[in-house]
Amino acid sequence: MPKPKIAFYWCASCGGCEEAVVDLAEDILGVVEAVDIVLWPVAMDFKKKDVEAMPDKSIVATLFNGAIRTSEQEEMAHLLRRKSQVLIAYGACAQMGGIPSLANQFSRDQLLRFVYEQAPTMADEPKSRPQTSFQNNGHALTLPQFRNVVRSLDQVVEVDYCIPGCPPTPKITKAAVGAVLEGKLPPKGSVLAPDIALCDQCPRKGSKPADLSFTQFKRPHMVKLDPELCFLAQDVVCMGPATRGGCESVCTRGNMPCSGCFGPTSRVRDQGAKMLSSLCANVAAKEEKDITQTLSGIPDPVGTFYRYSLASSLLRRKVDLPIDAKKSS
Amino acid sequence: MRDTHWQPRIVAFFCNWCTYTAADLAGVSRLKYAPNVRVIRLMCSGRVDPQFVLDALARGADGVLIGGCHPGDCHYVDGNYKTLRRFQLLKRLLADMGVEQVRLRLEWISASEGERVKSVINEMVEQVRALGPLNLPGRFADWDREMTELEANIRTGEEQSARKEPEAAHA
Amino acid sequence: MNTNGTNGNNGNNGDIRIGFYICHCGHNIAALVDCPAVAQYADKLPGVVVSRDYKYMCSDPGQELIQQDIREHKLNRVVVASCSPLLHEHTFRDAVAAGGLNPFFFQMVNIREHDSWVHTDPAEATAKAKSLAHAAIRRVRFHKALEMTRVPIHPDVLVVGGGITGIHAAITLANAGKKVFLVEREPSIGGHMAKFDKTFPTLDCAACILTPKMSAVRSHPNITLWTYSEVVKVEGYVGNYVVTVKRKPRYVNEELCVGCQECIKACIFKEPKFPDEFNVGLSKRKPVYIPFPQAVPQVVVIDPERCIQVKTGKCKKTCLEACADRQAIDFTQKEQRVEIKVGNIIMATGFKLFDAKRIPQYGYGLYPNVVTSLELERLVTSSGPTGGEIILRDGRHPKSVGFILCVGSRDMKTNRWCSRTCCMHSMKLAQLVREHTHADVTVFYLDIRAPGKGCEEFYDKSLKEGIQFVRGRVAEVTDWALAREEEGKLVIRVEDTLAGFVRRIPVDMIVLAVGMEPQADAQEVRRMFNMSCGTEGWFLEKHPKLAPVSTFTDGVFIAGCCQGPKDIPDSIAQAGAAAAEALALIDKGYIEQEPNTAFIVEEDCSGCKSCVPLCPFTAITFDATKQKAQINAALCKGCGTCVAACPSGSIKQNLFDDEEIFSEIEGVLAHA
Repeated sequence: MPKPKIAFYWCASCGGCEEAVVDLAEDILGVVEAVDIVLWPVAMDFKKKDVEAMPDKSIVATLFNGAIRTSEQEEMAHLLRRKSQVLIAYGACAQMGGIPSLANQFSRDQLLRFVYEQAPTMADEPKSRPQTSFQNNGHALTLPQFRNVVRSLDQVVEVDYCIPGCPPTPKITKAAVGAVLEGKLPPKGSVLAPDIALCDQCPRKGSKPADLSFTQFKRPHMVKLDPELCFLAQDVVCMGPATRGGCESVCTRGNMPCSGCFGPTSRVRDQGAKMLSSLCANVAAKEEKDITQTLSGIPDPVGTFYRYSLASSLLRRKVDLPIDAKKSS
Repeated sequence: MRDTHWQPRIVAFFCNWCTYTAADLAGVSRLKYAPNVRVIRLMCSGRVDPQFVLDALARGADGVLIGGCHPGDCHYVDGNYKTLRRFQLLKRLLADMGVEQVRLRLEWISASEGERVKSVINEMVEQVRALGPLNLPGRFADWDREMTELEANIRTGEEQSARKEPEAAHA
Repeated sequence: MNTNGTNGNNGNNGDIRIGFYICHCGHNIAALVDCPAVAQYADKLPGVVVSRDYKYMCSDPGQELIQQDIREHKLNRVVVASCSPLLHEHTFRDAVAAGGLNPFFFQMVNIREHDSWVHTDPAEATAKAKSLAHAAIRRVRFHKALEMTRVPIHPDVLVVGGGITGIHAAITLANAGKKVFLVEREPSIGGHMAKFDKTFPTLDCAACILTPKMSAVRSHPNITLWTYSEVVKVEGYVGNYVVTVKRKPRYVNEELCVGCQECIKACIFKEPKFPDEFNVGLSKRKPVYIPFPQAVPQVVVIDPERCIQVKTGKCKKTCLEACADRQAIDFTQKEQRVEIKVGNIIMATGFKLFDAKRIPQYGYGLYPNVVTSLELERLVTSSGPTGGEIILRDGRHPKSVGFILCVGSRDMKTNRWCSRTCCMHSMKLAQLVREHTHADVTVFYLDIRAPGKGCEEFYDKSLKEGIQFVRGRVAEVTDWALAREEEGKLVIRVEDTLAGFVRRIPVDMIVLAVGMEPQADAQEVRRMFNMSCGTEGWFLEKHPKLAPVSTFTDGVFIAGCCQGPKDIPDSIAQAGAAAAEALALIDKGYIEQEPNTAFIVEEDCSGCKSCVPLCPFTAITFDATKQKAQINAALCKGCGTCVAACPSGSIKQNLFDDEEIFSEIEGVLAHA
């Protein structure tokens, strides 16, 4: 009996999600035994044309990580959508745009100019930019187009499920893969993690006072963090109340506040806006200048509240940025 | 590209006890003001979730106006203080996201200040008119155009099934 | 009446069947908004099964139209576009209920106060009406069946403050057969009125009209009088308040003391040594004292700060010996906390006077012959510290007196409001001064305010009695004489704005008409009772015209000067009004509240506690067993602040839930 086919693909990502699959450790042997991996660029030698040659919907599930930044990534998203029964956005980048989507605060031109001209490590000359096509001795060399906008997977193709996290934990990954293989999946569109905020499971929950009132905010590097006290009680922004649980509180147990990588619960449309709403409601100050003073402890609201979710937020991208129609620079 | 028929559209969230009542008073007094505002009634300005503001802008509002009771007079004691704090950080967030400051406005208007409803609305409409449309749905569509050509290519590719080449340069 | 069709096709959006009605309101709406066009527009929207326009929706036939359609077309949602919901939401909800549909499946669209009455272009007004109608039609699908909540009312009432206002409210309620707790923090009831000599404009003796009421309080079987007591905690909600009252120790047993005052005579202090509060510091008292001769209760009180026995335990206790047969003095008395259950609370906590030292240029506290109006009141009273003689500090009678009005009132630098009573009060004192001393009296005023019955005539009488009136805000009071006639006197420098030049007027005595202010602890008190204060600091009424004695907190009423400066007739009127409001609730037996409360979805709540401190009505608590937050629906007032704040979207609100509001946003922007 042929084993179910599984594919992994990566787009604009750091590789952490691939590591997460590897982090299944001994369990990976079980996975490898149970399935046929037909695509996994980081670890195996299958090519795009191999996938193209497969019949549509012959892949049981594709775990697709990384945000969509280039035309090639869009193409692969469409391809794998066609070829898969279940397309899973794996990790925060595929689910919400992830940290790469913070690039939506800049125009393509600003980014390319920095990387290829202004960065301190660049030599002065020659100033070059990648081209989408280049003729060399009668051969056409091509590169994918670098898009103006970073996107989450579901802004490109229809996505069936999300496994959240930056990266997803081995436990969540195993549970999700198991559910797929057993056919025991929740309704389409679900995020495969508990639909309740992290505070529910966080070991610091008991230490959080019920009368929290902020007179200041500090960033983690400014405070010697108490290893047991709720971060919000230490005036440090923790995204836990606005973030799904299911990650076994790895960050808070590692003495760092939650930064929101599991995304919001299903009842929230914009994770950053909700966290902003909650924190501000609990600020103590009543006079305008005192409020300004307190809020100055959050110098970068976009980076703080939308660290992983900017592409999927209601505004998606800094709205006054241009769209550059040219191929490359 | 400016549409000469464009009229600013402003979504307003008014608290029931003060600003909504003041707007009713403006009506009873037959004051005349710009018709560009659409009021959504809430019990308290503290109910204004920042998601509402962002959603209104994302759906095509050119501006959002929040109206509540003067500090100290909130029917529910201090709901408006929460609004004030959220508003400050939301303003900074919108600035970082390229939305002009004038497009989000918070006003304290008490139940007897019908005149202020008129003057605030008129002023905001003119300020937003001067800026031009925000038109986020239009901008989103512009941004996503870069994908549609690819999709068209892919569809052709599906029809021809076997052929696949790195996509050619496009305009 | 136009029937714009009953389009059955639109019923295919699940079970939602919406009836849309747009009212012409005669010409009020129809003159500008094209109602038939809006009805046609609405007809095409998903879920709309019936769409009509009609001349007067709030009329009986209009309401019957809705009821008929509910039955015939099996409507399960109704939207009416007409006037403001603040006017007729209740009317239409009742109409919908009469048609057999839950009244909360109704949404109203304001196209009169917010549209036809405030715009001029018909096309724009119609477009706006369409847009608002679209929003309501989208929103109403998310409405749920709800019931008005009913809360029972405990029949007992608490009156806080034993001045004339509290006394009148208590007597009114007690006469109606209700049990009243009257709590007063001073050792006797009577308030400010007990310190007055005569009241304007009739010049009746204040004590003569007040003391019978004070007696009535003492002897009324339905009134429990607790003086020298303060409210320290209020819990609960309308109809079901639990109030904790702190009873301060007098060191005298109220049941046993008959007010013979032998203990005062016998006190180890042979002479009175301490400032007498009732006489505003103009005379002295001993540590054991009775506030004033007509005090109710007629019981002495021992000042714990001054009594040697209380402070050191080492005294001969001659007072105890003097009370040997009644044994009313009890130095072992301790502060007691008593809990009472009441259904309604009336606040009658009064005012305090402006501290004239805040305007140093008037010389109060610097020049001994600058006094406040209340100090003069005590001088004028025959039972006061000088037996009714108006004398200067050195014992002489003044030959000239100046009254400075608006001290701490109508003043950008101190208090901006008018204290309402000082013009009349000052003229009354001016007449009494003329009567007692025949001195020259000059009143320095900004405007003379003499509303009320008999007051304008009183002003005329003041003029006829030869009282001089100079219009101008006094710049300063000084004892620097620049001319012979100014020596030994206080000089008032003022710009006489009617004459047009600056004047220096020397007088022997100056009376400052100090304004009224909220009590010093008004903010603490209002928080304790879940009330608001206005920007000026007075307790906030629900509506300045239509509900002057109600507050936004159901079951808590305000009366008298704690609501704003006023005279005795108005205070008594408000006391009666507050008592009537309380009686209305008590006699009905229950109160109905709009069910727009918030509630926590337990399985969604993560127990992050972010919401718990947000509720000013303490409706949100944290259940330590379940490790989740919970909302007491009876305490929840429906502001929705917690709903907006919950970072995981786990709090929902009836009538103003996220789905409903997001759909309105979508709706207003769907149509250009």
